[in-house]
Amino acid sequence: MSDSPVLPSSQAANEVGMVRADYKGAPSTLCQGCGHNSIAAQIVAACYETNLIPEKVIKFSGIGCSSKSPFYFLSRSFGFNGLHGRMPSLALGAAFGDTSLRVIGVSGDGDSASIGMGQFKHMVRRNLPMTYIIENNGVYGLTKGQFSATAEKDLFLKRQGTNPYLPIDICMEALVANASFVARSFAGDPKQVKELIKAALSHRGIAVLDIISPCVTFHNQGGSVHSYVTGKEMEQPLHDISYIPKRDEIMIGDFEEGTTQEVELFDGSKIVLKKLESKYDPCDRWQAMHMLEEAHSNNWLVTGLIYVDPDQPTIYDIYNLSGTALNRLPTEKIRPPQAALERLNSSLF
Amino acid sequence: MGSSQDKSMDSSDMQSGDIVNDFSLTFSTVNGSGSATANTTILRAIFRMGIPVSGKNIFPSNIQGLPTWYTIRVSKHGYTGRVEQDDIVVAMNQVSILEDIRFLNPKGVLFYSDDIDLPQIPEEVTTYPMPIKSMAKEMEAPAGLRDYISNMIYVGILAKIMGIQMDKIRLAIEYHFKGKEKAISSNMEIIEKAFEWAAANLEKKDHYRFESMDLTRDCIMTDGNTAAALGSIFGGVQFSAWYPITPASTLAESLNEYLPQYRKESETGKATYVVVQAEDELAAIGMTIGAGWAGLRSITSTSGPGLSLMAEYMGLAYYAEVPVVVWDVQRVGPSTGLPTRTAQGDLTFSYFLGHGDTQYIILIPGSMEECFEFGWKAFDIAERYQTPVIVLSDLDLGMNQWMTGKFKYPDLPIDRGKVLWEEDLEKFIEKHGSKWGRYLDVDGDGIPYRTIPGNLNSKSAYFARGTGHDEYAQYSEDAQEWEKGLNRIKRKLDNSRDTLPKPVFVPSGKTSVGIIASGSANPAVEEAFDMLDSLGTPVDYLRVRSIPFSSEVQEFLEDHERIYVVEMNRDGQLQQLLTLEFPVHVEKLIKTAHSDGLPLTAKWITNAILSHEETTK
Repeated sequence: MSDSPVLPSSQAANEVGMVRADYKGAPSTLCQGCGHNSIAAQIVAACYETNLIPEKVIKFSGIGCSSKSPFYFLSRSFGFNGLHGRMPSLALGAAFGDTSLRVIGVSGDGDSASIGMGQFKHMVRRNLPMTYIIENNGVYGLTKGQFSATAEKDLFLKRQGTNPYLPIDICMEALVANASFVARSFAGDPKQVKELIKAALSHRGIAVLDIISPCVTFHNQGGSVHSYVTGKEMEQPLHDISYIPKRDEIMIGDFEEGTTQEVELFDGSKIVLKKLESKYDPCDRWQAMHMLEEAHSNNWLVTGLIYVDPDQPTIYDIYNLSGTALNRLPTEKIRPPQAALERLNSSLF
Repeated sequence: MGSSQDKSMDSSDMQSGDIVNDFSLTFSTVNGSGSATANTTILRAIFRMGIPVSGKNIFPSNIQGLPTWYTIRVSKHGYTGRVEQDDIVVAMNQVSILEDIRFLNPKGVLFYSDDIDLPQIPEEVTTYPMPIKSMAKEMEAPAGLRDYISNMIYVGILAKIMGIQMDKIRLAIEYHFKGKEKAISSNMEIIEKAFEWAAANLEKKDHYRFESMDLTRDCIMTDGNTAAALGSIFGGVQFSAWYPITPASTLAESLNEYLPQYRKESETGKATYVVVQAEDELAAIGMTIGAGWAGLRSITSTSGPGLSLMAEYMGLAYYAEVPVVVWDVQRVGPSTGLPTRTAQGDLTFSYFLGHGDTQYIILIPGSMEECFEFGWKAFDIAERYQTPVIVLSDLDLGMNQWMTGKFKYPDLPIDRGKVLWEEDLEKFIEKHGSKWGRYLDVDGDGIPYRTIPGNLNSKSAYFARGTGHDEYAQYSEDAQEWEKGLNRIKRKLDNSRDTLPKPVFVPSGKTSVGIIASGSANPAVEEAFDMLDSLGTPVDYLRVRSIPFSSEVQEFLEDHERIYVVEMNRDGQLQQLLTLEFPVHVEKLIKTAHSDGLPLTAKWITNAILSHEETTK
């Protein structure tokens, strides 16, 4: 946390008149040094910097350490802490109450890759506009240190022994399910975490963020990608990523031609990707999967924006909904008039 | 209780020996052969002849090739319950012929496809062979349509022999094919040819016949799932998530069919509703609860196995106090059970669904009118009490065709319950001089005030959760807070009991013996009520329509010495709930429960009661 960049402007009002404190949550009750705390702090920063109105955000979680997170940011936003592995369905139903609200979900590897794999993948497939953060530490923290489905094979944990199974790659699962935005980061890289969250918040569709977030208590030993010790060493950034609000045109000039790639997001804002040596194209799903496979065989932790398709139709596009939020519709709009019932009765045999 | 007894007709019938408008007719076919169109056509034509009629489909959990039966009961007295014996059988399936004859009245009538190898038939049965195969061939239909045509052939033959009016058959066909001229004329052509063949080749030898009446005027035909969907639409349903399951699927499918017709904004043509087919019932209930929390009138429909999967989320909705409506169209359990047969076996399960101390408001419709009425009313109740409401229908109500009075427009305005939008919240704080808390009981009725996502008042947000919470929705493991919260919810539900749909009391006025029943047991109990009266054992009848039980139920228990609790399950679940609630009356309650997958019959109820009454003398 100490190395997280503190904006000099954090006391200043943003474009919607909010200071950073307006996005704060309750004090964390997670373990000191937990990666999840750092992520919560970056959610606060990202919402502040993207000028969100807290009342226009709804937040969700399932069950587990990660799922306590929504309590640690955006106290002024409605939230619902659902069931283990079943946050996606809850969020989907609630999002239809008022589709102008921005949806943030925080889950964990147990919550989304084990018990909730089904709901996770179906949520992705439906492309609900939502920032879906998975705080991935390869371990069940709240039940005191069992393997999760993302734990590496042969990992040894005290009391559990050796993990006999191959891990699930959350980003790969998201890609296979046709996610329109897939990214991975590392909780120890707050700058990248924040930029990816900002990009996700601007994406119109499901934005899956797999954030490796080491468990300081149960799973932080050398040899595991989920630990701080090796996470930093093995991390291989795909490209630096900067989120540039539409109105801020100065920064674009900072990027030399030929080294950047712009992806225009739904709200008109753009993310600019700074490529490293590899000519990585985040708009190519096949290449994204190939890259993940290659990284896996090299035991790399690839971070950055892995895939994005800003134009994929969302679930909202299917329904052709009223311009009024459904939960604000007056009763005369939801109960047909008496004449309609008479028409109905005479249409039945 | 037959609404329309016509004694004069009875006497004229006796003179002629004819049995008019009071018998049952079963079509025995192979499923997937398209017989549903033929059977429904006959049902509707009889209905249009003004004769009270009901239809029951006994079908396999299969798409094609297994035996299936469709029974039509006509009753000039207005009875619609199942009968145990068929007076007339139309046999189209070699495989089931032995069983068909076993259920046939020994003095009944057998129409049969003449390629069926008939076994020994009781002497007094009248038989009519039908040259189905050869006629179908003559009609030069494509091979793939022959089965379908075969079914239309028996429609024509029956019309002639049993006296079904051809103009009424045409009305039914026109309705079925939604006015599509080509389909109508080709079907009518087959039916007319078959009619002519019967006129030329068959002689009427039996005594059963249809005769026009005037008892279905101002009535419609529908099924309970359609009625429930339509009621929900007039109740302002805004969100439905569902997963396919027999026998509930047609409820959600009816929403899909009718919502676009009745619930688009007139000025923009845009939808005021969302229907999502979920990946399973776990997701269906999750979505439904999410929407209910976010202020939408939210419904899911399922059957037993689906409800089992929903248990965990229902507990969350109970404790986090989220309004949702769940229709359980019951089928036979446990496990996969008999998926295409009917039961009332989910009563205790749904009342206590979930781990820990939970309890739900249960509504039990017993007719098409009530499926429609509870369709809209369930939302008002769920939002008033901020709790899940489970509506227990079943396969018999939900999927079978029933005649009913026309649907009645809701007689109460929509009740959204205690909701605070931006200004309401300011007024609340002003009035109560304190801050608002999501679970704060300021009115003393156990019902708190809720805010809804999208509320822009910066004091409106709260964090809903299934974990322990205090009156301000803050996480709490405090012993007293926990107990206080859960006791308030109990109080809230207790307070609902006298505002829910009242039981229906039918007195005979001459007895201390009573029947308590609910839901689809009603048609059989109504008929048994008359039977018992005519046999000198009159009973009073109370039909329960909601739980927790109202004070009328208690009064009924107090006022009677013996009460038969009639229901369609093995263990007597309604009796169990009455026992829990009114232990002082436990010795009066007599379990009268039966479950074999088929709807109860008046005969079974009457016999069960009479044989027990014998033991009390």
